[in-house]
Amino acid sequence: MSACVQHGPGDLPRSAASPRAGRRRMGEPLRLAALLAPAAILFAAFFLLPLVRLIAIGAGGPQGWAAYLTTLADPGHLDSLASTLALSAGVTAVTLAVSTVAGLFLVRHRFPGHALLVALLTFPLAFPGVVIGFMVIMLAGRQGLIGTVTQALTGGKLVFAYSMAGLFLGYVYFSIPRVILTVMAAAEKLDPRLEEAARSLGASPWRVVADVILPALKPALISAGALCFATSMGAFGTAFTLATRINVLPMTIYTEFTLQANIAAAAALSVLLGLITWAALAVARSVAGTSVAAAG
Amino acid sequence: MAVRPLESARMTDRFHLDAVPIRLDGCGKTFPGGARALEPLDLTIRGGETIVFLGPSGCGKTTTLRIIAGLESPDPGGRVLFGDEDVTDLPIERRNVGMVFQSYALFPNMTVAENVAYGLKVRRVGRAERGRRVEEMLDLMHLGEFAGRRIDQLSGGQRQRVALARALVVRPRVLLLDEPLTALDAKLRDSLRLEIDRLLRELGITAVYVTHDQGEAMALGDRIVVMAKGRVAQVGTPREIYYQPADGFVADFIGTMNRVGGTVRDGVLRIGRGSLPWSGPDGPVELLTRPEDIALASGEADAHLDGRIAAAVFLGDRTRLVVEPADGPPLTVDTAGRSDLGRGDRVSLRVDPARLLAVP
Repeated sequence: MSACVQHGPGDLPRSAASPRAGRRRMGEPLRLAALLAPAAILFAAFFLLPLVRLIAIGAGGPQGWAAYLTTLADPGHLDSLASTLALSAGVTAVTLAVSTVAGLFLVRHRFPGHALLVALLTFPLAFPGVVIGFMVIMLAGRQGLIGTVTQALTGGKLVFAYSMAGLFLGYVYFSIPRVILTVMAAAEKLDPRLEEAARSLGASPWRVVADVILPALKPALISAGALCFATSMGAFGTAFTLATRINVLPMTIYTEFTLQANIAAAAALSVLLGLITWAALAVARSVAGTSVAAAG
Repeated sequence: MAVRPLESARMTDRFHLDAVPIRLDGCGKTFPGGARALEPLDLTIRGGETIVFLGPSGCGKTTTLRIIAGLESPDPGGRVLFGDEDVTDLPIERRNVGMVFQSYALFPNMTVAENVAYGLKVRRVGRAERGRRVEEMLDLMHLGEFAGRRIDQLSGGQRQRVALARALVVRPRVLLLDEPLTALDAKLRDSLRLEIDRLLRELGITAVYVTHDQGEAMALGDRIVVMAKGRVAQVGTPREIYYQPADGFVADFIGTMNRVGGTVRDGVLRIGRGSLPWSGPDGPVELLTRPEDIALASGEADAHLDGRIAAAVFLGDRTRLVVEPADGPPLTVDTAGRSDLGRGDRVSLRVDPARLLAVP
């Protein structure tokens, strides 16, 4: 303590003097601008300009800005948007449920092979969508494992790889690792005394989950869920591998762009997809933010 | 004419709780992997008694508390009884115990009032009665004005009072406190300790209190269970523990104890150059005595030991001297606060023969 007090006065003039000296130099704003320039140029070249261009292209067809409304009003597009939203919401819900249970279990229980299992769980993180699609086909495709087993058991072959169900399975598989990792990181920080206090007051194990564990995990679940939702909205590789006829927004954009050369519609849909996903993330962030503050 | 009870006494009357005795029957604990945390323990805690488990960390005191709470189960053969009911196989949520933790363990997503109401809500107590009981309990703990506050807006002492209110509002059969004051600073610790003491006396609840702080144990406990290495070293009232320690560990753990070496021959104990009557077998002995039981000798004639002061610490009401005798370990001696003795001074000491303890 005394060392700190002695140190303080000696330090003060030096630290107070240096900014004043810096401000006196006229070149300071220029230097700052020069340092910021590379980032600004990259941001403009690879984010701002393409985005503006994309928005402009959406309005560049014969209809002008009204093309956005027409694109939105198209029943096919609306259908595609609705199914993409439903798919992403479903994937998010199932992924959160599975990952919360599995993540809590992995944090609470140690068993032989625990570390190896956790390491293996992160494996799919590196896979591109094509590989995920390929794995879904191997599992539920025409020559897949599920098909072979169901044929042996019932005589009928269960094949669902080339449909929304296959896509759903692939996305859940792909999303679980990152959500599990987030849940595990949050669950490690839970205070076991909180659960013991709730139990001492008579709370059943289910009530402890509802009243103590889930509220504590809420911020982590919201941010992990938002990322999972956004990824599912925009994922393309898996859908493309499974079938070109799956009616999700990224596939619709691809079809409009490459097959029908309807560039304005593709651009409008892209902007729409971006806006919806961005809005979902923003809402999640603000909700998570307030709950984090409340949990203090 | 009837004496009007004090406002606070009337307040606590309404909360008066049944005093349930607790019995531990051969409760040991071996953790997976074979580590023995607790040797089989038999103990009866009387209804309404405050019992303090005291010992260094790892002595088994918290394990014992968790066995009573139902958070750990004893090794096969051990039994926990609340009154006549065997609760060994009941999980904590069905034992009706109140728990207070060192880390407060308040629910961060709930307000003060919601925290206190939680146990009643779980028990499906109706909204109106719940509100009434929460309000009464908050008033009892002087927390009324904080009812709507978030937990992170409270100080440590206020948080622990909320935790006490939350544990007591459900009228538990026993109150279990696990180092409740350890996280608080010294001044707050003293005032909250007094408040806990008042609560426990007025509510008449059976309470089990775990601490490593002997001052807390002495102030709060009707009886103290001193533990070391998974065993009970001694069970007794604070006075018994202090004045008649069962062994060297208890003697050293509670307060300050001096070790004085001497020789017994023909019913006479020789210490230094003094001698005093002593019944015991002949031979060398090591005896224990408290700092307040050694005095400065008034003259050469009645002195037992001579030494040089190695340290003198002024404590206000007394001055604590550390005296190095010619041979043997240094002695801690309490003298009057207004003593002007200092480091390096030579002193003669007199031991109170009635206060010498022979301890195994």
